[in-house]
Amino acid sequence: MTTAWQPSPNLPPPASTVGAVGWARSNLFSTWLSSVFTVVLTLVTVYFLWQILDWGIFSADLAGNDQSACDGDGACWVFVKDRFNFFIYGFYPDAEQWRVNVMFILLAALIFPQFFENAPYKKALGWIFLTAYPVVSGVLLLGGAFGLEFVDTDKWGGLMLTLVLSYVGIVAALPIGILLALGRRSEMPVIRTICVAFIELWRGVPLISVLFMASVMLPLFLPEGTNFNKLLRALIGITMFQSAYMAEVVRGGLQAIPRGQYEAAAALGLGYWRSMWLVILPQALKLVIPGIVNTFIALFKDTTLVLIIGLFEVLGGVQSAIIDPAWQNVAAEGFFFAAFVYWIFCFGMSRYSQALERKLDTGHNR
Amino acid sequence: MADQPTSGGGSQPSKPPPWNDPAVRSIVFQVLALVVLGWFFWTILNNTLANMERRGISTGFAFLDRAAGFGILMSLIPYDESNSYGRTFVVGLLNTVLVAFLGIILATVLGFVLGVARLSNNWVIAKLATVYVEVVRNIPLLLQIFFWYIAVLQALPGIRQSITVGDAFYLNNRGFFFPKPIFGDGFGLVWIALIVAVAAIVCLRKWARQRLDRTGQLFPVIYVSIGLIIGLPLLAFLAMGAPLSFEFAELQRFRLAGGASVIPELMALLWALTMYTAAFIAEIVRAGILAVSHGQTEASRALGLKNSQTLQLVVIPQAMRVIIPPLTSQYLNLTKNSSLATAIGYPDLVAVFMGTTLNQTGQAVEIVAMTMAVYLTISLLISLVMNIYNRRMALVER
Repeated sequence: MTTAWQPSPNLPPPASTVGAVGWARSNLFSTWLSSVFTVVLTLVTVYFLWQILDWGIFSADLAGNDQSACDGDGACWVFVKDRFNFFIYGFYPDAEQWRVNVMFILLAALIFPQFFENAPYKKALGWIFLTAYPVVSGVLLLGGAFGLEFVDTDKWGGLMLTLVLSYVGIVAALPIGILLALGRRSEMPVIRTICVAFIELWRGVPLISVLFMASVMLPLFLPEGTNFNKLLRALIGITMFQSAYMAEVVRGGLQAIPRGQYEAAAALGLGYWRSMWLVILPQALKLVIPGIVNTFIALFKDTTLVLIIGLFEVLGGVQSAIIDPAWQNVAAEGFFFAAFVYWIFCFGMSRYSQALERKLDTGHNR
Repeated sequence: MADQPTSGGGSQPSKPPPWNDPAVRSIVFQVLALVVLGWFFWTILNNTLANMERRGISTGFAFLDRAAGFGILMSLIPYDESNSYGRTFVVGLLNTVLVAFLGIILATVLGFVLGVARLSNNWVIAKLATVYVEVVRNIPLLLQIFFWYIAVLQALPGIRQSITVGDAFYLNNRGFFFPKPIFGDGFGLVWIALIVAVAAIVCLRKWARQRLDRTGQLFPVIYVSIGLIIGLPLLAFLAMGAPLSFEFAELQRFRLAGGASVIPELMALLWALTMYTAAFIAEIVRAGILAVSHGQTEASRALGLKNSQTLQLVVIPQAMRVIIPPLTSQYLNLTKNSSLATAIGYPDLVAVFMGTTLNQTGQAVEIVAMTMAVYLTISLLISLVMNIYNRRMALVER
């Protein structure tokens, strides 16, 4: 009688290396130092989280509409609720705020499809976003035509102004930046020098001094009698500044296009502009979309600086509302609200840019 | 398409008409560009001169010698209201350099710690560092400066209720007060000892490097360096009989007298700049370390290097090559961002010179040009230093 040898069944792995216990052993308590960090940091985090939640939610005041409603130790969200309209629309007249809302909705409708791979009319919507949208929104916001009441730009403010500044900054800077980037790679020494000087000059100075310059020096540069408003001056300053950064982003894309593409375009008999427009730029710009989004994030955050020359975007609105004597001790609430607004936009855009980078990454790099 | 008539056997390409000749075109374009640019600047110059004449502002830098007549909150050099506008420029410049210099050091340290923390094996440390980076870098810097200045530092108790540690350090809404060191006779020797220590470390590093190349033996440079930089000055200090005393800040009726202090504007600005820039540096460091391929680490382990040696000899030198160029631009950003000081009233170059001095004198062109020139120079200097460092670290290929 022989029996075939039967291997006994595999033992399960030791309980300490799999499941929650195993994960905790390798990720939380791998060494004694690591264990100390885990315990101390967890306790500190829980403590601060509890403090913040208690301040911001459990003990916070939300009912009522003036200072007297805030008596607890918690956050006074009544203040934010009361000034919400101001933080979004600035001094835009109440009766006309639907126009701003239409602009917001149009913006969302044009942007939203861009996040999806196979959205219908994606390209067409993108072009509308860059061309027709600014014209429509400009007419809508400014008014004075088609029976819309004229709303002067000094009434603009809040989130709406933030969006206007960053949108115009990026859309106006893109074509200038492309031209500068092409100029920087030009074979004509004079053109190249001019472009390099322009780019390095603007990149070397802080935006604040550019805005100061736009508000103080621009009126000096122009012939007597020409005078234009603060918003336009800020926009010119931001566009100049931003186009220099945009030029560097686009140059990165141009450098990434292999030489063969340039030579192939030339071999097809295309002239400089047509080879750029038809062959090089479509490839280069696609490569630098994440870079453009990143510059846009930087610009979106930088729009806060216009409060220094007296324009009230979100932060400027919050800043002017917290020094209003009608409300006491609401600085933290105001800044939390503003931080939340900026964070939502910037974090969303950075996620989008990271997703794009992964999609465009064709695996050539190490 | 326009066919170019070719003549002859094709040995000599025909000369195109001048309007199609690239060389001719190139010259025409460049001359045109110069003419347009010249016209542009000429117009601006004319307009500016006319405008300034109309407003009764004289051009030129003569205003720099006139008395300023305004006080400045903080100055690293002696300054009072009778000093000239030129001196306000220097005061502002030094304040900018101070905040940029301290900010760069602190942000680098914090950024490297955070960058390494993001790659930590410990889940809690890695996640906390990630949350920090994602929160801080997506909130505008100006907002953070305001938050620290208005919501935190201004909300501190007044002088009488100062938060104090042992009656030596005071923190209140007027700033941070600490004992002021008073250097007695012979303290100069301590400074000399410090310089000698630094020089010795430089030589030691060089020697250790040569020894490593020659014999393959490692020398514990770091421990010896730490010993030198602390030990030598300490020896000198003790040898001279500890010539150092402190002047303590004293709590009086409405103020703290004596001692040294840091104004809250500087604290808020420095703190916000450090935290904000550190978040970006952390990402750069993380990317740099991840860029060193895993094979390198494995190879060094196979060679029998210890963990610390792997890090010091294999990973960090390679990661630095990836880290330095973007780190340079973060340093430049920090320097330029320090100009946000003007929003909370820290007297930096922009606040003092481009703000108050410009408002008082009206010399917009000269002042804006000088300020921009300073920032351009600082930017170029930082790029230069970092480029030299980069060249030393760069991969030397055959």
